[in-house]
Amino acid sequence: MSNAVVLEHVTVAYGNNRALREVSAVFPPGAVGLLGPNGAGKSTMLKALLGFIPPATGRLEVLGLDVAARPLDIRARIGYMPEIDGHIPGMNAVTFVAYCGQLAGLPRSDAMQRAHEVLYYVGLGEARYRNLETYSTGMKQRIKLAQALVHDPDLLFLDEPTNGMDPKGRDEMLELVRDLAHNKGVNLILSSHLLPDVEYTCDHVVVLDKGVVAASGPIEQLKGPPGRVYEVRVKGHLTPFVAALHDAGMECHQTDEDVMRVFVPGDPGRPGDDQRRVCELAAASQVQVRHLRASVPTLEDVFARAIGES
Amino acid sequence: MSPIHDQSYRRYQGTRLPLGRSWTVIAGAGIRGMFARKLFLILLVLAWIPFIVRAVQIYAVTMYPQAGQILPIDASLFRDFIEQQSIFVFFISIYVGSGLIANDRRANALQIYLSKPLLRTEYIAGKLAVLLFFLASVTLLPALMLVFVEVGFAAGFGLHAANPQIVPAIILSSAIRITVASFAMLALSSLSKSTRYVAVLYTGVIFFTEAMYGVLTFITGTTAVAWVSLGANLDQVSDALFRQPAGYDTPLVVSAFVLVGLVILSVSVLERRVRGVEIVS
Repeated sequence: MSNAVVLEHVTVAYGNNRALREVSAVFPPGAVGLLGPNGAGKSTMLKALLGFIPPATGRLEVLGLDVAARPLDIRARIGYMPEIDGHIPGMNAVTFVAYCGQLAGLPRSDAMQRAHEVLYYVGLGEARYRNLETYSTGMKQRIKLAQALVHDPDLLFLDEPTNGMDPKGRDEMLELVRDLAHNKGVNLILSSHLLPDVEYTCDHVVVLDKGVVAASGPIEQLKGPPGRVYEVRVKGHLTPFVAALHDAGMECHQTDEDVMRVFVPGDPGRPGDDQRRVCELAAASQVQVRHLRASVPTLEDVFARAIGES
Repeated sequence: MSPIHDQSYRRYQGTRLPLGRSWTVIAGAGIRGMFARKLFLILLVLAWIPFIVRAVQIYAVTMYPQAGQILPIDASLFRDFIEQQSIFVFFISIYVGSGLIANDRRANALQIYLSKPLLRTEYIAGKLAVLLFFLASVTLLPALMLVFVEVGFAAGFGLHAANPQIVPAIILSSAIRITVASFAMLALSSLSKSTRYVAVLYTGVIFFTEAMYGVLTFITGTTAVAWVSLGANLDQVSDALFRQPAGYDTPLVVSAFVLVGLVILSVSVLERRVRGVEIVS
């Protein structure tokens, strides 16, 4: 398979609001993260790929098939885990998942067998005869994954799969996603605004912001070589220091804590050169450096650079 | 080699059924789901009581021909039977139909359905089949069985030889009644997430049109305004099919036009409401 998903100049509009603007992107096989803040157009892109929303312009291709021409053939080969809770009322888990398998074209007996297997896989084996209305938020996320998996899709669309889950459940869900992508040979697109989720499970990323692709490529490549990002905490007025860093060609942005992450472009010089430059700029800006440590570039850095939140 | 066999997720190696059959899965699940409800089974049993009464009537007239002067066995018997069943069509439409799409909308199931390889028309066809099945089971099926009962007791096809329109009229009249009721209910069900609201809406439509007909008849002094009543239009078409005198002054073509218009309106509503995503302007 060449590419799992290809978008060519796709524009999707809700009335006058353009959710996707002339988007061109390629999703290679494997695990690809679709990253972006809320309202960036991630869910819209998935729904357009499913054929729910026809694009105003452009062309979408999934697994080598044109979405406009062969939506059913595509849906037979993909699994979709929606962002919001969804189930068939009045069913227990195993009936629901088997029903979804049948809807996807599996014979009844095979669908039932697969339903049991998939429910055990996602960790709902013991709760499979419980009515879905009694499920907790975390269990509802798992059942959504199960219904997306039951017919053994070639490509999975996971829309915010860890939404509303507690830390333990979130870790387990990410393990499942990672296992599917890396051990079970299932291609997937993980839409999320949570950087760690994408970084842990995916190899590639497409960053969306305000309906356009802000960055895309292999995560390791986007993160760049290690050791060129520094965590810096200073005491004093930040504004002149940040301005000095920018003037020196460095990028910086603040994290949730009071720590700045400073990107130093260019080839690495002698060991300690970068740190010395940062300290010199701090001294010139009359701030005290309280913390300076080389860091590993994360997807958060890529994200921040891509959508310009520096 | 690892002594422990990996029993977690594995790829599916079996066969897949051709596309286009999903509506049968939806219909089958819906029908099984209704049969699991005791209250509904009671309603179904009640709906067959008129059949037993009519069968006894046919038996009595066959055994005692003089009873035929009071309770004649002719085309009007079957026409009246189908009209009587309208009350059960009403209750079953509400019980079965009000939640068919409303429940899916409440539980956000539409996006689950439509992310599978099925068209919106297949989804609607599956839901429609559930309602048609149960409505046919209280109109078409008992009416046809009455024909067999009559033929059995009379030991011949005399009635049907003299009135060849009876069987086609039973089929067409029942089909029109259940089709109109099913489409109307399904369209209303797609408008809300609340089954109660849908039930109230459907009841309102039926009773409001009846009341409107009553008021207009009172004002104009003629039954030519019967076209405003859903039930009157159905009765008018049934009368024509059974070659019975028309009950209203409304032209047959007007009644037929109203019923076709209602179905088209319902299809239009369904086309707008059954979507994978709901876009709120």
